[in-house]
Amino acid sequence: MNGLTRWQRPDVSVWPTFGRLFGLRDEIDRLFESPLFDLSRSSPLLSGWNPALDVYEDKDNVIVKAELPGMKKEDIDVSLHDGALSISGERKREEKYEGAETYREERFIGRFQRTITLPSPVDAGKVKAQYKDGILTITLPKTEEAKPKHIEVAVN
Amino acid sequence: MNAVAKKETRADLRGTDDGKTSRNFVSPEVNIFETKDGYVLEAEMPGVNKDGLDITLEGNELTIEGRRAHEPVSGNAVYRESRDWDYRRVFELDPSVDAANIQAKVEQGVLTLHLPKSEKVKPRKVTVS
Repeated sequence: MNGLTRWQRPDVSVWPTFGRLFGLRDEIDRLFESPLFDLSRSSPLLSGWNPALDVYEDKDNVIVKAELPGMKKEDIDVSLHDGALSISGERKREEKYEGAETYREERFIGRFQRTITLPSPVDAGKVKAQYKDGILTITLPKTEEAKPKHIEVAVN
Repeated sequence: MNAVAKKETRADLRGTDDGKTSRNFVSPEVNIFETKDGYVLEAEMPGVNKDGLDITLEGNELTIEGRRAHEPVSGNAVYRESRDWDYRRVFELDPSVDAANIQAKVEQGVLTLHLPKSEKVKPRKVTVS
């Protein structure tokens, strides 16, 4: 049961530093030994935020939706290069609660980046992005050549 | 939005609420902080806005439920990672929380709850006469 009662911070053990021996093998050893809380903080292998992406396509547009709750729109970057859409940004730790003690911190803080190849060529100049309810919706109009064309069949 | 007390029936995590529909829930990620005035709880629920939120308080148990706003997207899905699950999580509150003054606000899919401590529990100075 999740409690909002007093939580005792577990002792963080100090990792012995063997100088230059902090190589990959030590990294993996640490993975198996450390409590789960430390894993996401100390191990670059496990940390990282991968916001969920959805890609939709209709005859005029490609639409990409990304789940990015709690961001400020100026902290989100969207770019298009060679038919691949990149969404990146950073969520910074907010220091808005004075003298606060943290009981639980599950929300991810830090940088993220996702790149996705689009199913169709798009017109980069007409791309629109909207951020609502924590979901970023990017509408990418297809180039004229990419839109499906109706071909008349002549009957003689 | 203020917390509403006393819900008659409680939905199971994977079960039915009105006997007709069954819903799948996922637990939203939360941050919990304690300040000298009270607790702050932030819950991440992308796709949820004010209309989809249901916060209830039963005794010491606080239940947060968020229903995603299903905005229809034109076209066919080419690739999907998001799920259509709604969010639900239950917390047991410290008895020092002043339940009548809980405040909630939601912004960009993040619900922030302020749970003030009742006056008698706050640290206070005692003057010596």
